[in-house]
Amino acid sequence: MNNTILDIQDLKVEFPINIGTVRAVDGVSLKLNQGEVMGLVGESGCGKSTLGFSILRLLRPPGRIASGRILYHGRDIVSMDEKEVLKLRGRRIAMIFQDPLTSLNPLFSIGRQFVETLQTHEKGINKKQAILQAESMLESLGISKERLQEFPHQMSGGMRQRIMIGMGLILNPDLLIADEPTTSLDVIVEAQFLDLLADLCRQYNLTIILITHNLGNVAQLADRITVMYGGTLAEVGLSGDIFHTPLHPYTQGLLASIPNIKLDQPELSPMEGSPPDLVNPPTGCVFHPRCPQVMDICTRQRPPAFQKNGHQVSCWLYR
Amino acid sequence: MAEDLITVKDLKMHFPLQKGLLDNLLAREKLFVRAVDGVSFSIKKGEVLGLVGESGSGKTTTGRMILRLLEPTSGEVFYNGRSIFSYSKSEMEKLREKMQVIFQDPYASLSPRMSIGKAISHPLKIHALYDKQEAKQVCLTIMEKVGLSPASFLYKKYPHQLSGGQRQRVVIARALVTNPDFVVADEPIAMADVSVRAMILELMVKLKKEFDLTYLFITHDLATCKYICDRLAIMYLGRIVEIGPLAEVFKNPVHPYTATLLDAVPVPDPTYKRTHPIPKGEIPSAINPPPGCCFNPRCHLAQKSCREHEPELARVGEDHFVACPVMSIKLRS
Ligand SMILES: Nc1ncnc2c1ncn2[C@@H]1O[C@H](COP(=O)(O)OP(=O)(O)OP(=O)(O)O)[C@@H](O)[C@H]1O
Ligand SMILES: Nc1ncnc2c1ncn2[C@@H]1O[C@H](COP(=O)(O)OP(=O)(O)OP(=O)(O)O)[C@@H](O)[C@H]1O
Ligand SMILES: [Mg+2]
Ligand SMILES: [Mg+2]
Repeated sequence: MNNTILDIQDLKVEFPINIGTVRAVDGVSLKLNQGEVMGLVGESGCGKSTLGFSILRLLRPPGRIASGRILYHGRDIVSMDEKEVLKLRGRRIAMIFQDPLTSLNPLFSIGRQFVETLQTHEKGINKKQAILQAESMLESLGISKERLQEFPHQMSGGMRQRIMIGMGLILNPDLLIADEPTTSLDVIVEAQFLDLLADLCRQYNLTIILITHNLGNVAQLADRITVMYGGTLAEVGLSGDIFHTPLHPYTQGLLASIPNIKLDQPELSPMEGSPPDLVNPPTGCVFHPRCPQVMDICTRQRPPAFQKNGHQVSCWLYR
Repeated sequence: MAEDLITVKDLKMHFPLQKGLLDNLLAREKLFVRAVDGVSFSIKKGEVLGLVGESGSGKTTTGRMILRLLEPTSGEVFYNGRSIFSYSKSEMEKLREKMQVIFQDPYASLSPRMSIGKAISHPLKIHALYDKQEAKQVCLTIMEKVGLSPASFLYKKYPHQLSGGQRQRVVIARALVTNPDFVVADEPIAMADVSVRAMILELMVKLKKEFDLTYLFITHDLATCKYICDRLAIMYLGRIVEIGPLAEVFKNPVHPYTATLLDAVPVPDPTYKRTHPIPKGEIPSAINPPPGCCFNPRCHLAQKSCREHEPELARVGEDHFVACPVMSIKLRS
């Protein structure tokens, strides 16, 4: 059987703001198996990044974890003290962000940034060893080692994104959270990057959470897919199942609204309505105001996660 | 057959590169970014031409020159058969009502301090088309048409009070309020969420029919072209490498770059397998474009001749032109 690397249990994350409380993550339970790629998809504002940040306890104020547990190899990150979390961050769990320019230091060469990352985390490593490690990392990213001397602005977007992932992986973590890593990239560079991610996943037995709002991007790479809506999980399932037999009406709507160049799909069918207000979320199922198959119970009671044909789906249709 | 609304002839834009002090001291040769390097095409009345290419290929620069927001280094742009560079200043003002633009980023192109109503009717004010009351009426009508309803309620709102999809609608309404017949849509949905994208795309198709519009639709996303474009022009390093009817280019891409681009489009189907390997390397610099065919360093078909001669567009089928002699010869035999 697969080893569970991450076990999120009924996680709730809130942002108290002047007009109330944003329930950005509202009761999420999710298990990740070692070595799998999990695609985390959903519309803007549904809580994907917030979920990602909570795993590293990197929520921006006023965000806070209100309740729930995040077990990483069985140890609860939520209740760890700050020192322990610091040890996990970067070393065991790495995160890469949408815009590499904001996370690379523009004033230092790429090489220097690698060396500093290594030296702050690994006691006793000298500069020469650090450079050697950085060089071999660049090699596995398909970048020539001479470029260690360059500065971030001298590189293209695609190359910076690869450097970012290199920085993330240099300390040999086993869990990588990639938050929209390809949003700013062109299709070809994006395809190159996703190929690289797939290789690294195999090579390092990495577990990856790949956050994106574009379902198309994760289709080939992800083993499983989690669809989020309004701070909750709508559906979780194997990639093939989610794409070919989506169960949740939201997943179905999402799939119908993305263009597929390979299909003779004459028109797109956009979803009606807009995402929920997370300060005053709808009663019952958060999706019910937009749901074409809404029933009476949906407006009153929040659906639990039902098991159906291997999917985990939060929808009263499958009770 | 419909006539051409827009014709572009050998358009070039070479931006001079900012020189450093050292370059000046050493009297180094002046460098140029060849952003657009000899582009020709035409767009028929009522047609949607998709201009597709990677970041930095010169799409926006081309669009801006067609609208005369940027003076080209050389080349011509004709609107209804007349060169737009022959228009006087006041004639150009009038023409601007007819040629409008929708920008990529609704955040950047809307002023946060201007109400939605003000933003949309602003072009009417510039062109002094109506009195205040009339202008408001025109604005409310167009707001309803683009789905900003109830218009009288949203009229007084500010950009930050709207959703992403609504903001994008504001940008569209603003472009259409002067009743144009030609619109350059520069990545109108790139910033939007997937669900919003489909909505905006549908709206643009509807408005095109309703207002009899002609679009230049700029994008790097080939998949969305399928739902709106009649023809496609594929751009690479400031040049058009392939141009033809959408269905034809999708079914029979001839230029190796087009084939690559089509193949790299993410397909929302886990069982789909790519037919070509993804090319290594990246788009070269537009300051020192490679000699010969600009795609040769990344092309799996490249031959010696490709490094020596700059290819011209040649006909390969009905209304279908490609700048790749290797493939053209292959097709003929
Ligand atoms: N610092 C904050 N203060 C208040 N609300 C916040 C803050 N950060 C996020 N939120 C809210 O929490 C919700 C979830 O945001 P989050 O960034 O996790 O969404 P997302 O799914 O990552 O969206 P996107 O696709 O746009 O990145 C949103 O409604 C957002 O407005
Ligand atoms: N004002 C300018 N001065 C100097 N160089 C410029 C200027 N505007 C654009 N460029 C350069 O011209 C080239 C083409 O830019 P352009 O914005 O037209 O590309 P694009 O195809 O629209 O790309 P994107 O998809 O990123 O919007 C780029 O190399 C760019 O850096
Ligand atoms: Mg996010
Ligand atoms: Mg552009």
